[in-house]
Amino acid sequence: MNLTSTLIFLPFVAGLIAFLFQNKAVKYLALAAAVAELGIGLTVYHLYVVGSDTQFVVNLPWIESLEINFYVGIDGISLLLVLLTTLLTPLIILSSFSTDYSKPNIFYGLILIMQSALIGVFVARDAFLFYIFWELALIPIYFICLLWGGENKGKITFKFFLYTLVGSLVMLMGIIFLYLKTGSFAYEDFLKVSLTGEEQTFVFWTFFLAFAIKMPIFPLHTWQPATYTAAPATGTMLLSGIMLKMGIYGVIRWILPIVPAAVIDWGPIVIVLSVIGIVYASVIAIMQKNFKTLIAYSSIAHVGLIAAGIFSHTVEGIQGGMIQMVSHGFCVVGLFFIIDIINTRTKTVELEKLGGIRNQAPFLTVMFVIIMLGSVALPLTSGFVGEYMLFVGLFIYNPWLAAVAAVSIILGAIYMLNTFQKVMLGEPKVEFNDFKKLVFSEKAVLVIISFFILYIGIYPKTFLELSEPSVKALLQIYTAK
Amino acid sequence: MLDLAYLIPLLPLIGFAIIGLGNKKLPKFLVGLIGCGSILGSFLIVLSLLIGITSGSIPNATTISYFDWINAGSINLSMSFLIDPLSVMMMTIITGVGFLIHLYSAGYMSHDEGFARYFAYLNLFVFSMLMLVMGSNYVVMFAGWEGVGLCSYLLIGFWFKNTNYNNAAKKAFIMNRIGDLGFLLGMILIFVTFGSLNFSDVFSQAPQIMKANYEVGIAITLLLFIGATGKSAQIPLYTWLPDPMAGPTPVSALIHAATMVTAGIYMIVRSNVLYTMAPFTLDIIMVVGIVTALFAATIGLFQNDIKKVLAYSTVSQLGYMFFALGLGAYTTGMFHVTTHAFFKALLFLGAGSVIHAMSGEQDIRNMGGLRKKLPITFWTFVIGTVAIAGIPPFAGFFSKDEILAHAYERSPLLWGLGVLGALMTTFYMFRLLFLTFSGSFRGTEDQKSHLHESPISMTLPLMVLAVLSIIGGFIGVPEVLGGTNWLANYLAPVIATVGEKEVHALSHSTELTLMKISTSLVFLTIIIAYIIYVSKKIMPLPEGKESGIQKLIYNKYYIDELYDSIIVKPLRLLSDFSGKILDNTIVDGIVNGVGKSVEVGSKVLRYSQSGSISNYLFIMVIGIIIMLVINLIK
Amino acid sequence: MQDLLTNSLNGYIFLASILFTIGILGILIRKNIIIIFMSIELMLNAVNLLMTAFSVHHNNSDGQVFVLFIMAVAAAEVTIGLAILVMIYRNTGSVNIDELKKMKW
Repeated sequence: MNLTSTLIFLPFVAGLIAFLFQNKAVKYLALAAAVAELGIGLTVYHLYVVGSDTQFVVNLPWIESLEINFYVGIDGISLLLVLLTTLLTPLIILSSFSTDYSKPNIFYGLILIMQSALIGVFVARDAFLFYIFWELALIPIYFICLLWGGENKGKITFKFFLYTLVGSLVMLMGIIFLYLKTGSFAYEDFLKVSLTGEEQTFVFWTFFLAFAIKMPIFPLHTWQPATYTAAPATGTMLLSGIMLKMGIYGVIRWILPIVPAAVIDWGPIVIVLSVIGIVYASVIAIMQKNFKTLIAYSSIAHVGLIAAGIFSHTVEGIQGGMIQMVSHGFCVVGLFFIIDIINTRTKTVELEKLGGIRNQAPFLTVMFVIIMLGSVALPLTSGFVGEYMLFVGLFIYNPWLAAVAAVSIILGAIYMLNTFQKVMLGEPKVEFNDFKKLVFSEKAVLVIISFFILYIGIYPKTFLELSEPSVKALLQIYTAK
Repeated sequence: MLDLAYLIPLLPLIGFAIIGLGNKKLPKFLVGLIGCGSILGSFLIVLSLLIGITSGSIPNATTISYFDWINAGSINLSMSFLIDPLSVMMMTIITGVGFLIHLYSAGYMSHDEGFARYFAYLNLFVFSMLMLVMGSNYVVMFAGWEGVGLCSYLLIGFWFKNTNYNNAAKKAFIMNRIGDLGFLLGMILIFVTFGSLNFSDVFSQAPQIMKANYEVGIAITLLLFIGATGKSAQIPLYTWLPDPMAGPTPVSALIHAATMVTAGIYMIVRSNVLYTMAPFTLDIIMVVGIVTALFAATIGLFQNDIKKVLAYSTVSQLGYMFFALGLGAYTTGMFHVTTHAFFKALLFLGAGSVIHAMSGEQDIRNMGGLRKKLPITFWTFVIGTVAIAGIPPFAGFFSKDEILAHAYERSPLLWGLGVLGALMTTFYMFRLLFLTFSGSFRGTEDQKSHLHESPISMTLPLMVLAVLSIIGGFIGVPEVLGGTNWLANYLAPVIATVGEKEVHALSHSTELTLMKISTSLVFLTIIIAYIIYVSKKIMPLPEGKESGIQKLIYNKYYIDELYDSIIVKPLRLLSDFSGKILDNTIVDGIVNGVGKSVEVGSKVLRYSQSGSISNYLFIMVIGIIIMLVINLIK
Repeated sequence: MQDLLTNSLNGYIFLASILFTIGILGILIRKNIIIIFMSIELMLNAVNLLMTAFSVHHNNSDGQVFVLFIMAVAAAEVTIGLAILVMIYRNTGSVNIDELKKMKW
């Protein structure tokens, strides 16, 4: 069987099996499946020939009357995200080991199905298939948030569901429009289609709305802080670590090469919105009282920068976006995991109530520092590599916008250091005296995440060289003009 | 020796890794050994490089690339080091002074439970600082630049249970980051303009490109200078430097006096080719430098915390160095960096020795008469004070005098201001010296019984630094005194030729006269200080009793409060406003409004379902008729 | 013969229109469900009449075929309709259409 379709179906099947497994041990099954998936991911990485062409292609007819095919393949851009997904999912599953979730069979089954859908999004080469996976990814996360969420989960998840659904339905309109123009859903045919300026604008906005909501970009972000806060830790990690990359990936794959004229026309608006979002979300984060909400806002700021860099349609910007997606995935999953570790022990995520934990948990502190540094983009951590390239890309596009966006490095330092101080430093608090030691699974997850943050910071070439040819090929349409 | 260059930063990094991973499991002795040993190893390699460069066996500029770091599109950065006179000179200071301070710390911190953590941080700092000076492109330099900021954050907040220390650490990091923003943007602008960030590429293209894009050149140099003001504590970003004096004293000596804060000066000297092409920026640097020098010196006049005095003195001396750079005298700036590293590290370590003996007391009003109890500390402190005051033939004299000579060339007024700064420095340093060491002891009985001279690991570095403070100036003896300026020759390959032409435009007789004037004024100031604090025994006022201008100065002109009310508070308000009102009510309100409007719409529309069949029939018929009519009209 | 038919077509149309209008007015004005039912049948028959007339006029039998279909459907409809009506009467004790308002919002 082809590796790409194995990547898609293995977690799906494993997820279905997990549903039937009404036993606590289901988590080991889930972990095993995720690790096996990682193994396949690494095999793909190993067999992948660096270049711009799509590899491991499967193209089978599916709904023939509508020209819909099961058409998947992997190029450098997909590969990076597939690797990210296969790397993060086992970590996310492992991170949930120390918490007992009710109905674990459904919980882990949903996670695996979600992984399958995410991989599907990243490898689909047929627009309709892409849409199916896009929507499929929403369903498990909706149930994860709804069934295991916190306060107000019903209302918040409903809003999240509707909001993203509206976006994807609009995108479906764009996909059908392109289908009517080309008579096919295949990615290559979309690339070849020639559209007038107005048609490009239409397609651009229909696609962009879906992606912008998913990322999310200011002012479409308001579902996100509430959802991140209400979702269970695992759900938040899936949402922030992988799912929001769907939006960014969508922009790179389905907007930039297909409607270049519209990107040139409307890109400035998007970039300005993103830059506003960066500063806006960073400013809001400063005074947040809830640890989770704070990280949620910081995530909006980071993603805003990625979006701005990508829309600069420079190699530097997009490559920066690629590496920053990976980096942000690790950082944000790490941060939310730290929040979860603290939350399970202290029963609170209110910054005012926390403090002095460093005395009880020196190991956690070190990990927190490393992940925090990645998040504030200190050189030699992954965050810097990405942000530096994004700033360069944005600067080439427009120096003033880059200057405004760069203010986030100050604001980021302010809110992250504040948070770190409020949570970890200060006089030890009596009520946290019995702060439980970290168990092995927790330590393992944190160490792996920290390792990647440092590794990417020091030697990002491993990842950069994978996507560079694909990104360059993708941008040829701009340089040709 | 060049092929061992990678070991120079790597040894401290390995030291950091071993100590950091071992942490409390390692015995203190081993931690100290690894910590000091790794730095000593680096120092020995650096020394061999230094000898190689002075003897000419190592070429003047060697770039060694190790691996590709960030590559994408036109970005082509490698992890590479540049070995040239300037970097080797800085490396010598960093590893040399760094080693002495490590040694000192082994004694100073011996009772602290965070001993291993302290050494881990300190080694990480040396690593970062070495990255900063060794980098052969701006981004590697930036990596070190931010790295030292991080270590400074970690070390200031070393005693993390204390909220004030944590706040000071945070403030230092954020202020630095403001500067870093300037550096980052300047760096990217260089990249966009020159297409490269390697020093060699940028500097070789600089003359043509900077001429063609004058404004861009000004922008680049100004942005980089903003970075320098953050790191080197110049107006308006200087306020972070006095606060971190909360951290361990050796840290203040190493980071906040000898090395990290001079990074800004190093960076400008490194980029001197660019700055020489942007005279406008140089003028700004000169003004900022001299204003900072004078401003900080006035604050230093009335401080009572032994470390605060030294901190403001550092800000002031850094201002002096920028003043020199602004005058285009890059070598002179570096000269002062070197001598300052010796005597200011000495002074800080001396202060640390005093604080150690006084069981943590830092207020000079509670000291006095320590000369007898701490003889070595006293004599080394005297040497440091004399050196900073600029009395020949101590180190500070030569470097300060060179700056003043350059200032006089530009304008006698600048010379006057420079001398004024020097006199204030002399005054507050001797005030500090007299209040601490002469007179009678003013502390508690408990403190008195504990007074003791520090152990050898602490006094040895003091003595070495004292010797360096005495002889350090001889690397740059001016011609007028019959010497040769070894340093100028040494640094010549690095410095743009344009800037250094006018060095000796001053006639020897004028120069000699100026020297005589400034030196005699310095002696006069010392006598005044002696009269006030020794003969008349006038004590500084207790807390809260100051009035008028003295109160204004004692409270540092309320600059911190000013920043707090014009920046920090508005930012918080803005954050609260954006978070609570803008985001929750307006932006999210619109989103919820869309949902609500659907709800409201459906509520309104459902009333059309009256349930009365005759109504439905009626509407149906009307509908049919309307359709018919429309059809007819068409 | 042809001529005669052509001339009298106007008459059929006229008659059918009147019947149809009576049907509509009956539906709109009367409240008794049975009468409304009858009005509907009247409208159907008006249409049937028209169709037959046009069928003859165009010499095309399609129209008359349709009429047969309509009559069949109408018969079925009346059967079901009357059955419903009987049930309504049993439940409410009335055949007044204004009383049937339960299906509102």
